[in-house]
Amino acid sequence: MKIAKTIKLFINGEFPRTESGRSYPVYIKKTKNIYANICQASRKDFRNAVTAAQGAFASWSSKSAYNRAQILYRMAEMMEGKREEFNDTLVQTSGLTKAEANKAVDAGIEAFVYYAGWTDKYQQVMGAVNPVSGPHHNFTSCEPVGTVALIADTDFNLGKLCAHIAAIIASGNTVVVLMSEEGSAAIAPLSEVFATSDLTKGTVNLLTGSVEELYKQFGTHMEVQSLSVQCTDKKVLAEVKAAAADNMKRVITPTKEVLSLENLTSFVEYKTVWHPIGN
Amino acid sequence: MTPFEYAPSLEGTDNVKIESKNKLFINGKFVAPSSNKYFPTINPATGETLAQIAEANAKDVDLAVKSARGAYNKVWAKMSGRDRGRYLYRIARIIQERSKEFMVLETLDNGKPIKESRDVDIPLVAAHFFYYAGWADKLDYIIPGKKVNSLGVVAQVIPWNFPLLMAAWKIAPALAAGNTVVIKPAETTSLSILLLAEVLEQAGLPDGVVNIVTGAGETGAALVNHKDINKVAFTGSTDVGKIIARSIANTNKKLTLELGGKSANIIFEDAAIDQAVEGVINGIFFNQGHVCCAGSRLLIEESISDMFVDKLKTRMNQLRVGNPLDKNTDIGAINSQAELTKIKGLIQTGITEGGNYFEANGSTLPSKGYFQNPCFFNGVSSAFTLSRVEVFGPVLAISTFRTAQEAVSKANDTQYGLAAGIWSEKGSKIHKVASQLRAGIIWANTYNKFDPASPFGGYNESGFGREGGRHGLFPYLEAK
Repeated sequence: MKIAKTIKLFINGEFPRTESGRSYPVYIKKTKNIYANICQASRKDFRNAVTAAQGAFASWSSKSAYNRAQILYRMAEMMEGKREEFNDTLVQTSGLTKAEANKAVDAGIEAFVYYAGWTDKYQQVMGAVNPVSGPHHNFTSCEPVGTVALIADTDFNLGKLCAHIAAIIASGNTVVVLMSEEGSAAIAPLSEVFATSDLTKGTVNLLTGSVEELYKQFGTHMEVQSLSVQCTDKKVLAEVKAAAADNMKRVITPTKEVLSLENLTSFVEYKTVWHPIGN
Repeated sequence: MTPFEYAPSLEGTDNVKIESKNKLFINGKFVAPSSNKYFPTINPATGETLAQIAEANAKDVDLAVKSARGAYNKVWAKMSGRDRGRYLYRIARIIQERSKEFMVLETLDNGKPIKESRDVDIPLVAAHFFYYAGWADKLDYIIPGKKVNSLGVVAQVIPWNFPLLMAAWKIAPALAAGNTVVIKPAETTSLSILLLAEVLEQAGLPDGVVNIVTGAGETGAALVNHKDINKVAFTGSTDVGKIIARSIANTNKKLTLELGGKSANIIFEDAAIDQAVEGVINGIFFNQGHVCCAGSRLLIEESISDMFVDKLKTRMNQLRVGNPLDKNTDIGAINSQAELTKIKGLIQTGITEGGNYFEANGSTLPSKGYFQNPCFFNGVSSAFTLSRVEVFGPVLAISTFRTAQEAVSKANDTQYGLAAGIWSEKGSKIHKVASQLRAGIIWANTYNKFDPASPFGGYNESGFGREGGRHGLFPYLEAK
């Protein structure tokens, strides 16, 4: 008899059940057969995940860009290794054909490789040495904004989700992701990719649950510096933007392209340093 | 030794002509407000009324936005970048030519010392237009790999601390990128931007490209909430910034905010002490402390604290507070009675909370107008109001630290993140501390330096977006 995998949340590098004890069923597409019972994360789970992400920030953001690149590249390697598990999950729960599932995994792998390449280059493209008038050396460099909360697109797309996560963490940010209900079974192989790629524990945290229930907390949490809202519900976006003003979170909405430098620089701050030139 | 007395050296005001009634600037013309209401603008150094300023209501704002939209569609968005740039170059040149009028007017209406409007504000205004003029035909180089579009009509709301400089920071990049503008100055400082309107006319800038609506908070609210604008850019308090962010949350308007700060100035024991003292003075007392990035929290390494504070006192007693038109004046007038009351209230709070208060006594304050001696509170822990709240005046909060790590964690212990200062002669320490401070501008062994080529803007609740440099164009463009 095959042993089924229990699907749980991914917080601080660990796999806890939701503290609320709640779950919802995900069905095998077009059947009434349950594929798995998925954790319905609570506000407390979200707060725990933010604490983990905050805790990971100093370590993850201070790693060398080369080191972060290798870790992102390893995610691609680990995803390739889990291709069959991803395929199986996508075919059974999202109703993709085998070929479509393979393409989705390809897109995820491509995203990790793409953003791995940016980690040690975007600074050179987006930073500057500024020719100020007067005897000062003046340069602008990019820094990660901090902890980012990501509300995933309601239409589940594995490649896009991987791209959003990769773009956020490439510069040194840490992230808490609320996956859409539709694709939430993919949390199992995805969290194992992050757990086995030498990321600082807490750099990526994955939650499954209800956007409707949790989006307000995403907007109001004072330890979150930026919010990526990929779900296209206008009411959610308007309310989250208003709540985000409490601590001036940067709110980022969907961009035209999935693989783009803009998606990375949406989550950086520009810091300008002055120093006199002279004796 | 008796102190060296300075004879007054007053800047003349003959070259400045102030209209008694100042109208709105809409579609290239000075027009009366539809309500026919005017409000006074005061010379804060005397308390006397300088002129009457038109109060724009929602109807006037609508007219201004329509005129900006018309100019965007018919003229400005179609114009080549080269030609847009030429207008901006022309504006920069005329400002240089008329700089004396501008500096005197700015000092009269704002209260800042003439040496600052002469040497800092107005030269930077001209430089800002000149800098962005050159970008207008080079926008394809702004975002790597992308062609760009302008956004449309931009609503801009600016503060009273650097009236014309903030206007330049807003207008120059917006126009270079191909947007048209409706801008509202602060209600206490409308005169210099209205003189700028004359310059725009003189430069032949097409009608409606820049529209100026004067008034207070209601006018600003009507502007940012107008349906036909594409972007809002605001500089001012964090509280108002939050109100604006909430009020446009259910729209697609883009937003940049340059808000308040409580910036730390960190003095290590290996600093060049006398230079650091000057840097602290300039950091907090420049422009009467009416500076969003003012170094208002001084963190001194414990081993040098007593000596440093003594030197600071000596230097503060040498600062000349008084008539802003006097070329010898270091600290001019507080911009308004309301601000002075707020500052005095916060000083009282500091005294009540038990801070060790020192107020400079080197000047006899004028009997008229709004003035505040430079002052500090020593031994102020991070729980004190003065360590947390932006005073926006010449009030410094001093505390000590023992290790670099402690200095960094104290400096970062704020909801703001605009600027920070570091004073040390050890390069490796400066770079390490600079990288750990969560702030948008780090002045190492200097403070309060500004340049059009240098991006300016904050982290966290100090707002988002940058002004100045190539980065200052991002908020006014989008990738195709």
